[in-house]
Amino acid sequence: MISQLFKPRGNSSARALNAVCGLLILLALLALPWADIEVYSVDPWIELGRIGRGLVMPYWDGWQILLQAVGQTIAFALLAVAMAVPLGLALAMLFHWRAVRIFCASIRSVHELFWGLIFMQVYGLSATTGLLAILVPFTGVFAKVFAEIFEQQDRAPAETLGSGARGIKRYAYTLIPQSWPALTSYTRYRFECALRSSAILGFIGLPTLGFHLETAFKQGDYSEAGALLWAFILLIATIRFWLRPRLLPIYILGAIWLLPETIGFSNGGYLWQFISQDIWPKALLAGQWSEAADWYAGMFSSQVWPGIVQTLLLTQLALVLTAIVVLFTYPFASQALAGPVMRWPGRFLLLVLRSMPEMILAFVFLLLFGPSGLPAVLALALHNGGLIAFLVANASDAEFGSRLGRPDDPGGLKRYAYLETPRRFPAMLAFLFYRWEVILRESAIMGILGIATLGFYIDSAFEEIRYDRAFLLILATALLNILVDAVSRRLRRAAGADTPQPGRTH
Amino acid sequence: MSQAKSLLRKITAVAALLPALAQADTFVFTAIPDADESRLQERFGKVAEYLGEQLGVDVQYIPVKSYAAAITAFRNDQVQLAWFGGLSGVQARKLVPGSEALAQGYEDQFFKSYIIANTSTGLEAGDDLSDEIKGKTFTFGSKGSTSGRLMPEFYLREHFGAAPEEVFSRVGFSGDHSSTIAQVQSGAYEVGAVNFAVWEKETEEGKIDADKVKVIWTTPTYPDYQWTIRGDVNERFGDGFKAKVREVLLGMDDPDLLASFPRESFVPASNDDYVPIEETAKAIGLLD
Repeated sequence: MISQLFKPRGNSSARALNAVCGLLILLALLALPWADIEVYSVDPWIELGRIGRGLVMPYWDGWQILLQAVGQTIAFALLAVAMAVPLGLALAMLFHWRAVRIFCASIRSVHELFWGLIFMQVYGLSATTGLLAILVPFTGVFAKVFAEIFEQQDRAPAETLGSGARGIKRYAYTLIPQSWPALTSYTRYRFECALRSSAILGFIGLPTLGFHLETAFKQGDYSEAGALLWAFILLIATIRFWLRPRLLPIYILGAIWLLPETIGFSNGGYLWQFISQDIWPKALLAGQWSEAADWYAGMFSSQVWPGIVQTLLLTQLALVLTAIVVLFTYPFASQALAGPVMRWPGRFLLLVLRSMPEMILAFVFLLLFGPSGLPAVLALALHNGGLIAFLVANASDAEFGSRLGRPDDPGGLKRYAYLETPRRFPAMLAFLFYRWEVILRESAIMGILGIATLGFYIDSAFEEIRYDRAFLLILATALLNILVDAVSRRLRRAAGADTPQPGRTH
Repeated sequence: MSQAKSLLRKITAVAALLPALAQADTFVFTAIPDADESRLQERFGKVAEYLGEQLGVDVQYIPVKSYAAAITAFRNDQVQLAWFGGLSGVQARKLVPGSEALAQGYEDQFFKSYIIANTSTGLEAGDDLSDEIKGKTFTFGSKGSTSGRLMPEFYLREHFGAAPEEVFSRVGFSGDHSSTIAQVQSGAYEVGAVNFAVWEKETEEGKIDADKVKVIWTTPTYPDYQWTIRGDVNERFGDGFKAKVREVLLGMDDPDLLASFPRESFVPASNDDYVPIEETAKAIGLLD
């Protein structure tokens, strides 16, 4: 079956697609009995009522703090993207080197929050830490996607260049201009992701929206949490109105001015100690090889292996559920299916789902269903499903009314089942494969649910100031991510799902 | 400091991706209160002002999100003084040789934790931990908390002779005392461990529904929060600076300032007061 999968016979793309989907669903069904998804009887209504009231009646005292948090959220995102794009572009041009590919895969395989925690050890709580935490993984992502965009370009223009024009000239005169629209629209899409990352970095102490949001939620100040969430949703929803390419130089200067002041930090010499000592087990540093081997073996059996298993189970379930969420929600946001007016409630729902940090969704589901893998899976699926459905609905809208449309196209459910969904499906699957590794990284937030994913152990290691453990676990996570990335690339190719270019459809 | 200079520093920080140069003469502290983490900057800004007036140096406050971040900042010398929990103080002093516990809250001399349960479990309050809590779902507070994790875990292990994961059907970390109360009250978790001061405060504020959640056991007392200062402050801020900081902390009597912690007053403390905490942390494997 597997060999069939990787060598689709003839040109029946449908068979390959079906095989890949069948495999994913089968794996999820196999994961079901092992995954930890129990429902506890709970009485959440008082707390949920408070949350609901807070969302309906947001309140924030002191607009200055709110504006400052919004400003700093934008500042980190904007500056980090502005630096990550040229770096990513440069690496994309060298992507034919295996070393570059491995380097990019490893830097993007670590979650922004963990990069944040790592840089905090070295640069303290500072603007540098926040910028690097976004900049580093985003560079890896930009490199990968830009390289894929270049790969898809027509080779003919490059052939016309003189034989002396190689490397950078070829990029400067043919590939970059050819792919310019795809590059800029992808960058635009990633800026929205960067805003989310920037907000979430507040959870570990940077002065962005997440800083206040986490506190408000933890303390049950739901009307404050509501105000912060609305502010964030509004920020995401209005990006296309305020993010004007011509204004970028002004924004960038403004962002530098808005960056938080670094207070009382001058100890840059700590980097070496961190690299050379903190992240290695004591036994290894002392040269006691057998003790070091014991330490690694113990870590592997008590944390790394169980963590990998839990992470993969959760991820697989969340992945398939994400696909279901997409299939159910995208039609409500698409012009062709919901109509030009009725798509707005659908679009609004998708906006809320993709703007809401998973931790908050998980918190609400925890109240509803009790602690288990279930709230985690639901939170991951709704968040990622909302994001992919938004991209799928955009693709559908771009095609609607274009020359692909015909007067005798069916409408309603028939259009959904026989026209839109089949046309959107390969791209949807491709988006899903992209989000696979994202879901894997995000399963880290599930500590509040008591589910021991790799991220749970990493978080514990940082809390216990055991950087040796944190380092080993992050390394394991990164390797797992690289593996999943490779598998997803093969499956995507096997399924004939083309590389999606989010935002290209704008 | 002038705006232009600050902007220039930020540009340098972005350009070189190096930490902006700090003002060497600023004394920086951090604090995470056990209850109510909102508006930290505003509330502790006032404490910074008080310390600045009394000490005669420029004092600033940095808000942090977790004990781990506070410890990192202390170790990096980003802050020189910190209001730590019992466990985080021990961890920080281990990482920074020469650092010293200066003062603790009046309440911290005999701190305690409550084990709380949702009333649907039918668990009753008792002088001993009830064996009936076995097999229930259980949540601690934050992973690095003394009152929400360390001490309750110690007494649970002592009573059951087993790790919490073996005693309970599920062990979570709510991240915060208020969250623990909310989650046990809603039944998301059946049993939880919570800092007694936060419980009392929320009871007073009417946030707790006695029909839904109640205290079923109280731990013996232990020392908790304390001010810890780095050992090298005298070299940086002048002879006798450390003693002066202690004096100023002990002399803090403005109820408005004390309410930020929230503590009645501060009393002297020393590293030795926290030996029991260190022993406990070692006993349950949180410290090597």
